[in-house]
Amino acid sequence: MSDGRLSVFKTYKLYVGGKFPRSESGRVYEVTDSKGKWLANVPQSSRKDARDAVVAARKAFGGWSGATAYNRGQILYRVAEMLEGRREQFVREVAEAEGLSKSKAASVVDAAIDRWVWYAGWTDKIGQVVGGANPVAGPYLNLSTPEPTGVVTVLAPQESSLLGLVSVVAPVIAAGNTAVVVASADRPLPALSLGEVLATSDLPGGVVNILSGRTAELAAPLASHQDVNGIDLTGAADDADLAKELEAAAADNLKRVRRPQPVDGTDWSADPGTHRLTAFLETKTVWHPTGALGASGSSY
Amino acid sequence: MASAFDYAPAPESRSVVDIAPSYGLFIDGEFTEAADGRVFKTVSPSTEEVLSEVARAGAEDVDRAVKAARKAFEKWSALPGSERAKYLFRIARIIQERSRELAVLETLDNGKPIRETRDADLPLVAAHFFYYAGWADKLDHAGYGANPRPLGVAGQIIPWNFPLLMLAWKIAPALATGNTVVLKPAETTPLSALFFADICRQAGLPRGVVNILPGYGDAGSALVEHPDVNKVAFTGSTAVGKAIARQIAGTDKRATLELGGKGANIVFDDAPIDQAVEGIVTGIFFNQGQVCCAGSRLLVQESVHDEVLHALKRRLSTLRLGDPLDKNTDIGAINSAEQLARISALVETGEAEGAERWSAPCELPSTGYWFAPTLFTGVTQAHTVARDEIFGPVLSVLTFRTPDEAVAKANNSQYGLSAGIWTEKGSRILAVANRLRAGVVWANTFNKFDPTSPFGGYKESGYGREGGRHGLEAYLDV
Repeated sequence: MSDGRLSVFKTYKLYVGGKFPRSESGRVYEVTDSKGKWLANVPQSSRKDARDAVVAARKAFGGWSGATAYNRGQILYRVAEMLEGRREQFVREVAEAEGLSKSKAASVVDAAIDRWVWYAGWTDKIGQVVGGANPVAGPYLNLSTPEPTGVVTVLAPQESSLLGLVSVVAPVIAAGNTAVVVASADRPLPALSLGEVLATSDLPGGVVNILSGRTAELAAPLASHQDVNGIDLTGAADDADLAKELEAAAADNLKRVRRPQPVDGTDWSADPGTHRLTAFLETKTVWHPTGALGASGSSY
Repeated sequence: MASAFDYAPAPESRSVVDIAPSYGLFIDGEFTEAADGRVFKTVSPSTEEVLSEVARAGAEDVDRAVKAARKAFEKWSALPGSERAKYLFRIARIIQERSRELAVLETLDNGKPIRETRDADLPLVAAHFFYYAGWADKLDHAGYGANPRPLGVAGQIIPWNFPLLMLAWKIAPALATGNTVVLKPAETTPLSALFFADICRQAGLPRGVVNILPGYGDAGSALVEHPDVNKVAFTGSTAVGKAIARQIAGTDKRATLELGGKGANIVFDDAPIDQAVEGIVTGIFFNQGQVCCAGSRLLVQESVHDEVLHALKRRLSTLRLGDPLDKNTDIGAINSAEQLARISALVETGEAEGAERWSAPCELPSTGYWFAPTLFTGVTQAHTVARDEIFGPVLSVLTFRTPDEAVAKANNSQYGLSAGIWTEKGSRILAVANRLRAGVVWANTFNKFDPTSPFGGYKESGYGREGGRHGLEAYLDV
């Protein structure tokens, strides 16, 4: 615009099943920057959009959880590469969404890129760290292996629109789950743009599905959805009543629940550790007789 | 068949156990009456004989016990791990010393065969304490960071199917990690937990570290609800597990839930049939099928269906049902009249829905609660007996043609606790085990347990793991 050219706005859309639909409801809401300046009209997703996202996530689960850990790592690293290539765009979006200076926003985006790299490296290590052979007292091989929980709903943090978002989504899919992500209600643009990054990163469609809209409206049907296996309530941290309601609804099919942490105590730039990886992992233990080669045995 | 071998009775002597006519609650190192003075009777399910009268805990008693546990927590958690370890080693040793007495006691109160309490329950109980004793001073090396902290007071609720073993699964890791506990045994099997209180006394365990509250569901609910409980550990039905998950929503309480199951036991056409039949029997008739991880759905490949069923019926006809104290007994009593009624109702539903029932031809004793080993053939996935947990000696038989179909049917359940695979082909075992959504998979064996082996479910079979290094996490603030 500065040199007289009218810029091309982007229509922000959802990311569901590898495609970019508008909300089936036809609803949009206004998103503004931290100073109240209009940025975009974004889809206000409905319960139906949430259900569609679950269907897409379930469909993708078999392939994604069955992919080799190495392959998942390659793809997560590819996400980092794609994000790096669109660094400037995300710096602008994060700065607008969170009211940060350009240099602050740049360091946030860099941290988000690095977080993808961190989790890309975890995919083929977590199994060795939390699984292994158990020395049972009998002639059996006994092996414990972590496996993904399934379809996980992720309520992304409300404040940290990109680094926080990546910090909660990447571990869920690194572990082999598929995700239905509810973006920050007031700061959804980096999340919706991240969908475009994911779509060009060899990530199979449906592994991550991103919805924008009112958190409570979308979280309720997802918390009670019978084909969702886990829910991360991070995005409900500022609403204790909502978090409690969602946890109670999640009990209906015994979803694994990650409770919200206090917003004040959350430093998204800190070492993430492995907690978010293990939150949505199950342990499978397989037994098999070892048999015996002969009564006399051998000394080695 | 039943008369092919006539065995002389070989009952274990019940004189090795001295059951008092009444027991109190065990709070803060002492036996005490319930605040409201209520008591209940515990009966031997095989004879309906009243074994003892036991104080029944209420909300006030729960509060007293939690306070005692809270008070004890400060010192217990501050003890060097090596000291906590020695208490647990003491307990493990005393259990070994008293194992015959405890086996007879458990058989009397629960109704399960002495062969099982003697050869399975008690050795596993001692082993569990021995295993976690060793962890108490090695927690820095458990993979949860340096100096992992205990949670505080653990409220633990256990079922009646393996009373002392479930107590061990709950108490051993809790104490090793520095927590103190309030444990509620099931209302039909309170005695072994009360004997365990005496073991704590013999071991010199500081008062308040372990509190035992015999009682009913209301006491369990009060324990879950108590604001000063930091951790809830529950083994029992999925319905109660969900209620607990709702109850603690919005609190900081941690929970591990070990709930129901409808385990698929998959027999492929290349399986060694005789071994598979033994595994099927172990899978569903161990402990009268009152096992959350029971292999209660037999998925048998169509081509060997007739052969397997023939061998299975033949084998079931040789099972000895009767006096649980008799060392030759395979099938003991059902734990309670209520459970027997539940099993009977589900079996009636199975018949009404059109599945074909077959029960082993055995004579049932005239007193006590008994159910003959039973199987249903012609079962489809929609049948109630293929979907609901029966928690009794009832096997539902379904068929499949391909490994894909077997996996799909096995996973078609709200539950995901256990599964079995019988085949000689190694790659098939691994491929199928990979795709089963179950926490424990037994290949060419079934119902094996070990303190080093993590146990717990997927889906609505609950969350968290008990046993092994994994089991420590449930009691640490990590």
